[in-house]
Amino acid sequence: MRRRIRGVNEWVEHRTGIQSAVRQFLYEEIPASSGWHQVFGSVAMFLFMVQAFTGALLAFNYAPTPGDAYNSLRYILTELTGGRLMRGLHHWGASMIVVVVVLHMVQVFLYGAYKKPREATWMVGVVLLLLTLAYGLTGYLLPWDNRAYWGTVVTTQIAGQAPVLGPYLSRLLGGEGAIGVVTFARFYGLHVLLLPPATIFLIVLHVFLVRKHGVAPLPGDELKAKQKFYPQQVFKDTVAIFIAFAILFMMAVAVRVPLEQLADPTDTSYIPRPEWYFLFLFQTLKLFSGPLEVVGSVVLPGLAVLLLILVPFIDRGQMVKVTRRTVALAFVLLAAIGWGGLTAAAVRSTPKEALAAAVDYSGPTDWMQLSPEEMVGIAYFRQENCVSCHAIGDQGKAVGPDLTKASIHKDAAWMIQHFKRPSAMRPGTSMPPIQLTDAQLNSLAAFLLKLNEKNATALDNAPDFAAQGALLYQTNRCGACHLVNGGGMKIGPPLNGLSKRQSRSWVEDHFADPRKMAPGSIMPSYKLAPKDLENLTSYLFALPD
Amino acid sequence: MGNVQIVPPREGEGTSRRNFYVVAIYGLWGAISAALGLPALVYLLFPPKAKKGEEWIEVGDIGRLAPLSPVELTFRRTRVDGWKVISEKSTAWVVKTADNQVTAFGPQCTHLGCAYHWEDAKGQFLCPCHTSLFSIDGKVAAGPAPRPLDRYQTKLNGSKLLLGKLQGSPEKKS
Ligand code: FES
Repeated sequence: MRRRIRGVNEWVEHRTGIQSAVRQFLYEEIPASSGWHQVFGSVAMFLFMVQAFTGALLAFNYAPTPGDAYNSLRYILTELTGGRLMRGLHHWGASMIVVVVVLHMVQVFLYGAYKKPREATWMVGVVLLLLTLAYGLTGYLLPWDNRAYWGTVVTTQIAGQAPVLGPYLSRLLGGEGAIGVVTFARFYGLHVLLLPPATIFLIVLHVFLVRKHGVAPLPGDELKAKQKFYPQQVFKDTVAIFIAFAILFMMAVAVRVPLEQLADPTDTSYIPRPEWYFLFLFQTLKLFSGPLEVVGSVVLPGLAVLLLILVPFIDRGQMVKVTRRTVALAFVLLAAIGWGGLTAAAVRSTPKEALAAAVDYSGPTDWMQLSPEEMVGIAYFRQENCVSCHAIGDQGKAVGPDLTKASIHKDAAWMIQHFKRPSAMRPGTSMPPIQLTDAQLNSLAAFLLKLNEKNATALDNAPDFAAQGALLYQTNRCGACHLVNGGGMKIGPPLNGLSKRQSRSWVEDHFADPRKMAPGSIMPSYKLAPKDLENLTSYLFALPD
Repeated sequence: MGNVQIVPPREGEGTSRRNFYVVAIYGLWGAISAALGLPALVYLLFPPKAKKGEEWIEVGDIGRLAPLSPVELTFRRTRVDGWKVISEKSTAWVVKTADNQVTAFGPQCTHLGCAYHWEDAKGQFLCPCHTSLFSIDGKVAAGPAPRPLDRYQTKLNGSKLLLGKLQGSPEKKS
């Protein structure tokens, strides 16, 4: 058997030379000083492979048109096993790759590893950084939710501002006029057809150049014996890759990537925010206004990139110890502070509205179909902690009967009596009486009568703001004039689809003074506490159209 | 690193340390591959979580159907297709048997899925693709078809015929 394998190996080696090529690659000599600080390049390359892999898997179930993108992504997230994990890996991997690429550059910069003869390696690296950002920019649009749409509106407008090239650029991106099918197709094309081969080509070139010039030695290395790339450095690279992957995997599992509402070009209240690593650019833009805006959007970033590319030609001294490269260190610190400050400022200036309880449409949405009264029932059900005794499907304790079973459903009058004095209706029961008013018990009964095995999940996944919002809706008797999910009166306008008609701030102002916002309105004004106002508005905005 | 056998250079350096490196490298890469590969397989191979169960579709009045003369009835059924619910045209060959029972056959030949039709002269279903013949009760009379025609679940509501799932084709989801 052994002999057989060796024979096959020899045959392959003779025809292709793969084995000796691999051996040459692995037993490459590297300086004695190589070690943990040089792992970032390998990690970045690994993350690129993860992106390619998860990206291809997502593409198998994704329809790249504005009409279908959102629905197919929702299908991936809610219908397919493992779909949420794949999207999580791809989403967080994108952020992580930016971090790792920047760390890689900082390491090379601090060590001065870009110096002669390694200038070309550095410049190819800078282009790779730009490509990484280009993925982020083009990929941002692909979920086609509000965030994606409005973020891209800003991007294309910035591109359109570039001196001389602006109009051509925006025509190239299909962003003339409105963002629609053309822009979408081009972004997708860039993201999956153009950028990957370009990246692969540049990575190969980058690695080739690293190999050609050898890993940059430190002063003093020439006196020590060289070491081999395999296995020691490969081990270090592998450990670093594993740590990065473990973090990525945990984030993909634990941190849910929300999918917002379907892109709505008429939603004038939406405040777009770019991905976190672009926030500093976004903030820079705000420092300039009027005709100077182009300075912040195009000129400064352009100069920064140019400077980055020219680094090896600006700093041309001999290689020195890292600890003596104080200017480089100061430069990195300054850049980090500048970046951090701008990002923090951008986060701080993000209005509350952009952060307010966004409804996650990638989760189950069956609760949106419930009437306000049933939703209020959920609120009381939670408040009275009914699950501590009753099973709901397979959840909850089984002291009392399973409330999803239709067989135990009696009429509302019976249930209300039973809630008030349980033992009067069911002698011997251990259920305590529920201390609620008749109207409140009515809501609870309405909800319980509707409960069956199929809709029991709504009980679990109805967000708290919806239950609280419905409670406010009920106590303020909004249903006496308005229609929600087909229940209520038609004196005022129906409230389904409110989010399509009005902005959040309009609705909130309208509660305080209806006549100011809509002259001639007969709606009384409501003074609500800020938290209540937020819950009620969020609830109304989450109603299906 | 592939399956390539690497001949370690003979050096005096501690081989146990070296072995540790090699084992760790293979182990960690194995773990990474499994953590990516297994979910990927699940993602690609597991069927989408089912939405709702099959409904019964009314296809028409069979009160005036003559016994032993199959007719092709057309109806619309909604089908979940990935992220879409589509409404598509569908047909069934409906036969009233001598004892007033109703059978409804799926419209595709069980050989390779061609559309067959009723040959009145022969009193048999004929598939033109590779000339499979089926008798009026769906049994294979001749040709390469491997099994009898697929049947819909049927239900009668007065004289209205309701169709349910198409049965008999395990690999096909209808
Ligand atoms: S498909 Fe009908 S006989 Fe081949």
